[in-house]
Amino acid sequence: MSSVLKIEKMTHYFGGLRAVSNFNIDLPSGALWGLIGPNGAGKTTIFNLITGVHNPSSGNIIFLDQHIAGKAPYQIVHMGIARTFQNLRIFNSLSVLDNIRIARHYTTEKSRYLTTRSIESQQNFLHTTIFDSIFRTPTYNNVEQQIKEEAYELLKIFKLESCMYSTAKNLPYGMLRKLEIARALATHPSLLLLDEPAAGMNPAEVGELMELIRFIRDKFNLTILLIEHHMKVVMGICEYIKVIDFGETIAEGKPNEVANNPKVIEAYLGKGD
Amino acid sequence: MKIPIIDFIYKKFIKRRMTIFIVGALLVMFLIILLQKYNILNAYIIQIINVSLVYVILAVSLNLINGFTGQFSIGHMGFAAVGAYVSATITTLVLKITPNSFSHYLIFILSLIAGGIVAAILGFIIGFPSLRLKGDYLAIVTLGFGEIIRTILNNIDYVGGPRGLLGIPKFSTFPIIFVIAILTIIIIRNIVYSTHGRALLSIRENEVASELVGINTTKYKILSFVIGAFFAGIGGGLLAHLVQIAHPTQFGFMYSFLILIMVYAGGMGSISGSVIAAFGLTFLSEGLRVGLYSLSNLLKFTVGDQWRMVIYSLLLIFIMLFKTEGLMGMKEIKVLIPEEEDIHE
Repeated sequence: MSSVLKIEKMTHYFGGLRAVSNFNIDLPSGALWGLIGPNGAGKTTIFNLITGVHNPSSGNIIFLDQHIAGKAPYQIVHMGIARTFQNLRIFNSLSVLDNIRIARHYTTEKSRYLTTRSIESQQNFLHTTIFDSIFRTPTYNNVEQQIKEEAYELLKIFKLESCMYSTAKNLPYGMLRKLEIARALATHPSLLLLDEPAAGMNPAEVGELMELIRFIRDKFNLTILLIEHHMKVVMGICEYIKVIDFGETIAEGKPNEVANNPKVIEAYLGKGD
Repeated sequence: MKIPIIDFIYKKFIKRRMTIFIVGALLVMFLIILLQKYNILNAYIIQIINVSLVYVILAVSLNLINGFTGQFSIGHMGFAAVGAYVSATITTLVLKITPNSFSHYLIFILSLIAGGIVAAILGFIIGFPSLRLKGDYLAIVTLGFGEIIRTILNNIDYVGGPRGLLGIPKFSTFPIIFVIAILTIIIIRNIVYSTHGRALLSIRENEVASELVGINTTKYKILSFVIGAFFAGIGGGLLAHLVQIAHPTQFGFMYSFLILIMVYAGGMGSISGSVIAAFGLTFLSEGLRVGLYSLSNLLKFTVGDQWRMVIYSLLLIFIMLFKTEGLMGMKEIKVLIPEEEDIHE
């Protein structure tokens, strides 16, 4: 299997603090991997480094054979990496539909940062400029219709179509989590980074979420890397797990191997006398 | 029986809200022209209406920057000054045209656009460095920009320096200002209710998330700023040809704040709110002048003009106390919302 994301010796400092040290990963296409570790271990920092929010102090990030370290976040999204956030970042006072449509916006303009794969998935998309919007040309109408139909399809998958016109901030927490995943998918990614998707969900919702993650991976042909504290989710759906503590990778392997690793138990529960 | 072409025209044009809006606006325009003709509305009232319409252009364009894109620009009159001086220089100093022929009016319109374009270019020059940063830098830069423009104009002798640019021909008649104000509203509305407009809204809502769904936030912030500056330039040009003088003090920061107040009082992110506030505050300010004068006569006791601003500010404070989000909030009157954006429950 070809590798989608390859990170080599990535290290990042916040001032004098080494947040991530010597992180390596080689994520094969179609994989569903997990990233776990105690609070403050540097998991979200790794996501921020991959998505361009921070630039790594050293090391390479290679996504589909292209170096992405140092690129702006929006350029990395154009290349095909989408993410969700640990603390939700929803466009609160806009409607659910608008949240999705905004994520689909960049595909309506010509981008210089598309990869061969994102070009393939976007070849049917119409392009538009702001002058189309101002003068309401036929192109504008076609683009708007295309965006709306696609957003509706996506919302149907997440069972959010019944509340597509409600203001996002009025939705319950579990639905906002789903909305954020749907919004990430609207950018047509090939790699999806999920930052604690199950946080704040009740057990029924967690079960549903696990099904959903598996389903979208197959349906959208995705590679998924997820951060999660909920062990049921991690052990239940991840094929491979990397454990981080204080920025260092302390263990990796299949779920059951990791669960029994003494270093992991020590990191989570402390050392026994 | 349905005739396809008529059916098509009916659905595409007649049934549209935009058509209702344009037809309604034209009716209002002709009504006012008619009332003016039969002297029911005197020149004073018409002048207030004209000034209000200029403020509509300025407030709606500032709303695009402050209300819809969520940036904080407080030097909008600086761009208006640029537009005013550029267009007035073209009509008064360079071409020396007078409002007596159609071609002169055409040149006037072109000079307005030239003023708008120069303002937009300046908007790009100051927006490009300051909009790349997140936070309040734009407010400081735009405030400084407005003052710099004023000082520079004070020192250019060619345009009159501190005397101001005098003898500008009165090209800005009611129909011209009205049509340009309506066009501004339509263009800003078309931008806001489009995929590009939603990109602007997402920057206001959450800039980080916006960037991480693929939106080049710097580009869109600059775009909205440049469009806002363009319309401010046009508004300034109209103002100069309305009051027939372009003077540096006309474009001081107090007037920038006046537009800012209109945007906030009307509602951040509401075009109709800005329109209502621009008319409301201009008429309020003038109405208090007349009102206090009559009150003085009635009471046989002089109520000074300084009380006008006290009452005016008190009313603004009450608006902000009881309608924190402005008169309209983020709501819009229905004719300005495209049918496609309707909520189907």
